[in-house]
Amino acid sequence: MTRPGRPGPPGAREIAIVAFAQTRHRRATPELSEPEMLLPVLREALDQAGLRPGEAGFTCSGSSDYLAGRPFSFTMALDTVGAWPPVAESHVEMDGAWALYEAWVKLLTGEADTALVYAHGTSSSGELRDVLTRQLDPYCTAPLWPDPVALAALQAQALIDAGETDEAALARIAVRSRAAAATNPYAQLRGPVPAGDYVVRPLRTGDCPPVGDGAAAVVLAAGDDARRRCARPAWIRGMDHRAEPHALGVRDLTDSVSTRLAAERAGAFDAPADTAELHAPFTSQEVVLRKALRLADGVAVNPSGGPLAANPVMAAGLIRLGEAAARIHRGESGRALAHATSGPCLQQNLVAVLEGPEREERP
Amino acid sequence: MNGREPVAVVGIGQTHHAAARRDVSLPGLVREAARRALDDAELTWADVDAVVIGKAPDFFEGVMMPELYLADALGAAGKPVLRVHTAGSVGGSTALVATSLVAARVQRTVLALAFEKQSESNAMWGLSLPVPFQQPLLAGAGGFFAPHVRAYIRRTGAPADIGVLVAHKDRRNALRNPYAHLHEHGLTLAQVRSSPMLWDPIRYSETCPSSDGACALVLTDRAGAARSPRPPAWVHGGAMRSEPTLFAGKDFVSPRAGRDCAAEVYRQAGITDPRREIDTAELYVPFSWYEPMWLENLGFAAEGEGWRLTASGATALGGELPVNPSGGVLSTNPIGASGLIRFAEAALQVRGEAGAHQVEGAAKALGHAYGGGAQFFSMWLVGSRPPTG
Repeated sequence: MTRPGRPGPPGAREIAIVAFAQTRHRRATPELSEPEMLLPVLREALDQAGLRPGEAGFTCSGSSDYLAGRPFSFTMALDTVGAWPPVAESHVEMDGAWALYEAWVKLLTGEADTALVYAHGTSSSGELRDVLTRQLDPYCTAPLWPDPVALAALQAQALIDAGETDEAALARIAVRSRAAAATNPYAQLRGPVPAGDYVVRPLRTGDCPPVGDGAAAVVLAAGDDARRRCARPAWIRGMDHRAEPHALGVRDLTDSVSTRLAAERAGAFDAPADTAELHAPFTSQEVVLRKALRLADGVAVNPSGGPLAANPVMAAGLIRLGEAAARIHRGESGRALAHATSGPCLQQNLVAVLEGPEREERP
Repeated sequence: MNGREPVAVVGIGQTHHAAARRDVSLPGLVREAARRALDDAELTWADVDAVVIGKAPDFFEGVMMPELYLADALGAAGKPVLRVHTAGSVGGSTALVATSLVAARVQRTVLALAFEKQSESNAMWGLSLPVPFQQPLLAGAGGFFAPHVRAYIRRTGAPADIGVLVAHKDRRNALRNPYAHLHEHGLTLAQVRSSPMLWDPIRYSETCPSSDGACALVLTDRAGAARSPRPPAWVHGGAMRSEPTLFAGKDFVSPRAGRDCAAEVYRQAGITDPRREIDTAELYVPFSWYEPMWLENLGFAAEGEGWRLTASGATALGGELPVNPSGGVLSTNPIGASGLIRFAEAALQVRGEAGAHQVEGAAKALGHAYGGGAQFFSMWLVGSRPPTG
């Protein structure tokens, strides 16, 4: 399918998300190993797609050794994939959304027709706020141990100072997200949550995501293969990701130029979307992303509840793609944006445009 | 538009590798390799559309997901950055992910970079999983792989000094490679043979060093290759294969994932007789005995016969199938970069740019990497001419 003027590879294959599964996210899962957490999720996604373990043409996962507290934490997860006989497989030390991107590229080359993508994160293995400080510039910033809530608070204050939002507006984002999660059985926080005290001013407990463990899996398929496996495939019309400089001091924290650039390259502005699943772990970051993605008031933002309702680190971005696709699978959305982020204060961002069959006109 | 875009390597750069590169920071290390690759291709940072970074566990430097911090150093602001981690095979996987981006026509020119700064930590203990993840029986990779080397010796009846021959050959080859970490002038077979036993049957001089280093490739499409100031290396085939770490029936001596990976690369490249059709190979040999083991696994020698190929001198520089003319992992081992260095050295050979360790007339070369419990494999075959069909 080619759309003149749309960025992306010309004459590219049609590729869709045809299945999505996730865990019921929880604060801690000490009774489960990572393979034990993953196995039911992988099985559910593969069953939805009608694939046997090991049958997917490509497998790609995302996880972080720093969350697990051990090197090569992804190797044991391979036990859940059914990697015998051996499989074509890769892994990114990033959120699973980027594993999905790698798999999408693999399918675009024509080397595979189906791909299994999964991600898992056990935030409960350590003190997440401490662990994430290890992402920062190791010479100048990490020695100060500024944690993600403190950095997000700087961003929130910059937004307030710029007149882009205020604490009441942030609280409304928190309330809306948790209310939406009331109908999401996988969410960790469902229903009303008190705004609470300041964690780091101006962010209160309610503005911050829950800390939790979880996993997710997605199946991609190309062309007619996708149509066979799913009644309403969520076609990936475009996908792109962009990084920004690492140091906060050289960025405008009230904007996300990388999100906007990724969205442009993914074709997000070619037509209005009805749904957006945003990887905004802090209420203030939704404000930034709404602006970067030029979302109109009528767009359903994070109908799943979003990361404010469940934020298993390393899987939360992939879950945005999965939730957006699932809305299309269920016929609740015709065109959805999915966004994932990585790094302090939205340093790196991925945007995908997903569409249902109504908009699809095959030549 | 149909088919894959042909992919070419037009720029290759690596650092001078050393036990500790205290003269550079992490950004300094990766920039050194990246700048050399860009200079080689006569390109600038602005010509790069996307960056793929690979490295082994983040614990080696103590920086979680360092691609975030290194985005500035690699000129990646405003660009896509992808971070690959597939254990020891990661350097190879990094090149293959970058290749896919070009082959799929998602990007035109991609910088693939892999690094490790092992002096920031202790890799041996970094590789030794703590209780409860593993029983406290193993210390470092040697402890894991030595039993499999013993199984190879028992299975094939190979003479005890084959490993010594490999180590001596690779360390001698490294003397011709200005970027190699170890330059052991005057090293004799007797010295290798009498070096201390670390993990029986692997002696000190038969193991890889711990290195600081980085390697970078510039990969591009047909149009980019046409502008290349130097001969490009063309990707004729590339594949990754994985199998679980431990399971009943696993063959640690000749893992099926390695055999399957090679078979897929040969299929893509139209290779039917690897020993005859491939001119040189850069194989991931972290312990000397892995040369004959991989020669069999990759189809260069029949099962049980790999050690004979090594003993015959065929794998030496000037032999019928030079293996690791660069000195290999036994002479240079910045873990996350070691696989990419294999891929880069294979490309250097078919470009005729390998300098003093050039294999004369090399037209097809194999780059190979493996990792984890001999379970993750990545390989590519590069040629001096564009792939046909």
